[in-house]
Amino acid sequence: MGLKRGVSLSAGLRYKGPSGYLTYILHRIGGLGMAIFITVHLLASFIGGRTGGFFNGIYENWAFQIFIFFCVLFHAINGLRITILDLWPKLLDYQKEAIWLEWAVFIPLFGISVFVIMNSALGG
Amino acid sequence: MTTKRTLSIKQRGLTNFEAVMWIFTRLSALAIYGLILVGLIGALIMGARNQMNFADVMRWAFMPNVTHVQSTDLQDLNPWASPFWKLTASALLLVAVAHGVHGLVVIADDYIAGAGARKFIRFLSIVMMISMSGIGLYLIWTS
Repeated sequence: MGLKRGVSLSAGLRYKGPSGYLTYILHRIGGLGMAIFITVHLLASFIGGRTGGFFNGIYENWAFQIFIFFCVLFHAINGLRITILDLWPKLLDYQKEAIWLEWAVFIPLFGISVFVIMNSALGG
Repeated sequence: MTTKRTLSIKQRGLTNFEAVMWIFTRLSALAIYGLILVGLIGALIMGARNQMNFADVMRWAFMPNVTHVQSTDLQDLNPWASPFWKLTASALLLVAVAHGVHGLVVIADDYIAGAGARKFIRFLSIVMMISMSGIGLYLIWTS
């Protein structure tokens, strides 16, 4: 049972796995980023008024859009790798190749997206 | 590499709640991909190509709620507010909230070890899941 693992908070924060650590931590940052954003966004829309408008104005900023799109796109593509490899466990032997493939998909997609967002943000 | 290091899902079995949630996370991810694809294709069919920029299309795809396209150049918002899209948005909301809240519990478990604290985290997650689903549904169906 996972509930009896008994790992302290400091030990958990210092964890650094041997492989795929970057995708692991980016997946976590992306998931946390989306969870916090969606919670704030839902509450702000629910409250409305000046307070809601203040929080809902944050994500109209292009810098925030690039950040949240990084969260979404990386979480989605990395999640697809995890889903495919976990549902067909034989593929887990090709973990490293899958991570390379993942970056090959992510970098062009995110690059084009950043270009398009910047282009319209800067009045293109 | 010759030794087999992995077990099939059948060999591992779904014996406890965490294992069920493990498979739920994967399957709900697939459902979210499907629902986002429906939103994206729907937006393109309804004429987003001429009247919306990239950010607007993305905003619609990730949550097909009519308030997400109100500030665009769209002339007629009625097809964007149909029951079909409200149902799609509701399905996406419920699946995504369950997926996300469980993800938060998984993250918390990595850093919080005490049994009582973990019980409290689970209680908090249920409160968050119900309230976020409720607020989201309210916003979708009243907008």
